[in-house]
Amino acid sequence: MSDVDINQRIAALVGQNDVVLFMKGSALFPQCGFSSRAVSILDHLGVTYETVDVLQDQDIRNGIKAYSDWPTVPQLYVKGEFVGGSDIMMEMFESGELKQLVAADA
Amino acid sequence: MAMAAEEIEAMILAAFPDAAVEIRDLAGDGDHYAARVVSPSFAGMNRVRQHQAVYAALKGKMGTDLHALQLETLVPSGDHQ
Repeated sequence: MSDVDINQRIAALVGQNDVVLFMKGSALFPQCGFSSRAVSILDHLGVTYETVDVLQDQDIRNGIKAYSDWPTVPQLYVKGEFVGGSDIMMEMFESGELKQLVAADA
Repeated sequence: MAMAAEEIEAMILAAFPDAAVEIRDLAGDGDHYAARVVSPSFAGMNRVRQHQAVYAALKGKMGTDLHALQLETLVPSGDHQ
């Protein structure tokens, strides 16, 4: 699959869902402590979100790093915008910013 | 693969000579660290840009040689973006 195709697939995932978490594993069975932390934050906010398991898709796993210019997973997108990884999610959760972000015109 | 804390600190300082850098080894395995980087050059950048700048300083080692780096970036005055 070409880079262009992968970017289009990622853009579609990000565009079709208000809150998307690219992660290792699933929301029920996260395969990494950072992904687990990201899921816990979203669950705590009570927001509806979509997850993409990068372990199931090598193209997405590599592609998302280039797409976001971000070297690690998890990665959160809200309303088409890249928000950050689990450290930024935690900071924004603690400050209340993340709640505002996902709640705005939801 | 792993990296020494001193190596991480040196790479960050090479890119941000004015930064105060603290590295903590979280697991004692040379592969899970926390870094706190305080630099005036982060002013005017949002958190994503600040973290991207630190990752850029690590020249591709993040996510490869270095599995986990919990990152906290701050502007010295305590300004929040």
